[in-house]
Amino acid sequence: MKTDLILAGVGGQGILTIAATLGMAALNNDFYLKQSEVHGMSQRGGEVQAHLRISDKEIASDLIADKTADLIVSVEPMEGLRYLNYLHDEGWLITNSRPYKNIPNYPDVDALIAEIEKVKNHIVLDADAMAKEIKASRSSNIIVLGAASPFINMDYKLIEEGIRTIFSRKGEDVVNINIKALKIGREFTEKKLNA
Amino acid sequence: MQKLLLLGAEAVAQGAIDGGLSGVYAYPGTPSTEITEYIQREKLAQERKVHSQWSSNEKTAMEAALGMSYSGKRAMVCMKHVGLNVAADAFINSAITGVNGGLVITVADDPSMHSSQNEQDSRFYGKFAMVPILEPSNQQEAYEMTYHAFELSEKFGVPVLMRLTTRISHSRSIIKRKEVKNENELSLPGDPRQFVLLPSIAKGRYRGLINKQVAMEMDSEESAFNEYIEGKDKSLGIIACGIAYNYLKENYKDSTIPYPIVKISQYPLPRTKIEKLVNETNEILVLEEGYPFVEEMIKGYLEKEKVKGRLDGTLPRDGELNPDHVAKALGFEIQKAGKNPEILVPRPPAMCVGCGHIDAYIALNEAMAEYGAGRVFADIGCYTLGALEPYNAINSCVDMGASITMAKGAADAGLVPAVAVIGDSTFTHSGMTGLLDAVAENAPITVIISDNFTTGMTGQQDSQALGRIEDICKGIGVDPEHIIVMNPTKKNHDLMVKTIKEELEYQGVSVVIPRRQCIQTVRNKSLAEKLRELNLK
Ligand SMILES: Cc1ncc(C[n+]2csc(CCOP(=O)(O)OP(=O)(O)O)c2C)c(N)n1
Repeated sequence: MKTDLILAGVGGQGILTIAATLGMAALNNDFYLKQSEVHGMSQRGGEVQAHLRISDKEIASDLIADKTADLIVSVEPMEGLRYLNYLHDEGWLITNSRPYKNIPNYPDVDALIAEIEKVKNHIVLDADAMAKEIKASRSSNIIVLGAASPFINMDYKLIEEGIRTIFSRKGEDVVNINIKALKIGREFTEKKLNA
Repeated sequence: MQKLLLLGAEAVAQGAIDGGLSGVYAYPGTPSTEITEYIQREKLAQERKVHSQWSSNEKTAMEAALGMSYSGKRAMVCMKHVGLNVAADAFINSAITGVNGGLVITVADDPSMHSSQNEQDSRFYGKFAMVPILEPSNQQEAYEMTYHAFELSEKFGVPVLMRLTTRISHSRSIIKRKEVKNENELSLPGDPRQFVLLPSIAKGRYRGLINKQVAMEMDSEESAFNEYIEGKDKSLGIIACGIAYNYLKENYKDSTIPYPIVKISQYPLPRTKIEKLVNETNEILVLEEGYPFVEEMIKGYLEKEKVKGRLDGTLPRDGELNPDHVAKALGFEIQKAGKNPEILVPRPPAMCVGCGHIDAYIALNEAMAEYGAGRVFADIGCYTLGALEPYNAINSCVDMGASITMAKGAADAGLVPAVAVIGDSTFTHSGMTGLLDAVAENAPITVIISDNFTTGMTGQQDSQALGRIEDICKGIGVDPEHIIVMNPTKKNHDLMVKTIKEELEYQGVSVVIPRRQCIQTVRNKSLAEKLRELNLK
């Protein structure tokens, strides 16, 4: 039982929080885990990616090989496409549809979505809008994690616990809102899969 | 046993703390910064009052750590690879003085230059200094090696070099902690002249260092971190160093590899293990992150051994390794790389919206327009991004501190006016001595110290320059009338242009200090307090 996933987004969008949540869940439940982060040079606004590998067996490499990732989880549509070379043919691309435009030549968003829809298995969601609806505008990253959760070989309860551990310092309200965010993300995907 | 989820860099930090560390000395630099930051916030380190404040540069850090070692305590120095160039004088000589308390120098290399000017391989420095080198292949080893490194250092009486690379340093995994050791007691070196490197003493100590080499090699031979792994297929023997060992294992299901392997994580190389491998197999493949360091040694100048690696094109000559490179070297058919859509555009790093460096550059560009392009020597920091569109404001970035000295050299050659652009932290790292050279000859240069109260590029660490820049410049001998502080804002644009223009015309050293807080630090409470104390806010 192994999941290799690539996390993608822009600096400051909370990718490393997703990674930390899954990391905590792995730590508390005796999974093996390797998570390699690439920080760009800039503090904010550059591309950020992490390779995350979770398994019940020992893991050798910190990096995922080309065309072997089970999942790409992205909090930004263009960044999700940037690492498509890692995804194997049956892998899933789960991405937020809300663009982060901090460059003058950002591509046409409809064209980006069209590219995403060319990927055999994909889930696209407007996590920012969903976050706003539950008054948790800072939790769009966790909604994306929720949407990816059905594809991660780890009990949903454990991911919830991960959220609890990561956010516990910030108080019960923050924990609860993020657990809710996780849930609506998961429900979004479940609905798609059952449709 | 307690388990922790740690970056490789943090595993080194925890290993050092648990191994009885009394002080870490460091200057920030990717991918080494997290080691010191972890020690600064770790509970046991705080309780023990382990020294962890930042140093001005890597050389001062190295020397302070040597002083702590002299006093019998265990010390660690941390830096990125190019930092070791700055600390090299102290580092090489510390192998001659030897140590009293255990001394570990942790250096993080950055192959592929994710955030560096080059991808130099620190193992050459370790060999140069003739000290043991440790190179972990995973986070648990990073922890255990650092934990034991102080004893290794004390056993041989020399510093130990711990070499990390980006992927180890910035990758997280679960580590198991060991029992916490006590710190050393304060004690003077047994020989009062050990640290006095007068030629007569140094000669003897150097011979002593040479004589220790055999024992160091024996230690590598027996080290649990080096391993000879038997394999049935003798057509190939593999030497896998550090993290490369993981990429090798990744390519075989259940990590069962048909070829004999020597896994290397401690240097000097374990000679008999390597000899056995060479004698038993037809051909050698060397997998190592960084330069072809081991490969060159095994191959030899006359290329008597059949060795494959980075030098013959089996692996790429530059850049970091990955599982795919190693697969190809092993002759595996790799799947055609997945194709990325053409619609993608890069998202290059850029200065933040609201950054003071931007306003300083806009003013500088306007002031320089009449002199033409090619006169601005810059330095390393966020402001180096001024080289990119739309600013195109600078013409050099070489090594920390080089802006002022290169501007002086250019002015000496007749390129007047010449301008230097340097950040506050870089100025106190290694700009001050260059400024002294300029003042000593009254060179006609304009030095712009773009002060944002922090070491921005590496993640906003404290800057030694905070509240001291004008006094330093005055002390060095810059005419106080030509030390000018300004607030880089849109509103002040015209005034800034006018001021810079005036200083460009001045035939001596002027220092212009655009000063505005880095916007990434606005929530930093301890900085806010310091700024209030210094009346800077
Ligand atoms: C010898 C050396 N040490 C460390 C670094 C890493 N480094 C790059 S920029 C920088 C800090 C720059 O700070 P500052 O000069 O204040 O400029 P800012 O980034 O805040 O604009 C550091 C530490 C380096 N490149 N070379």
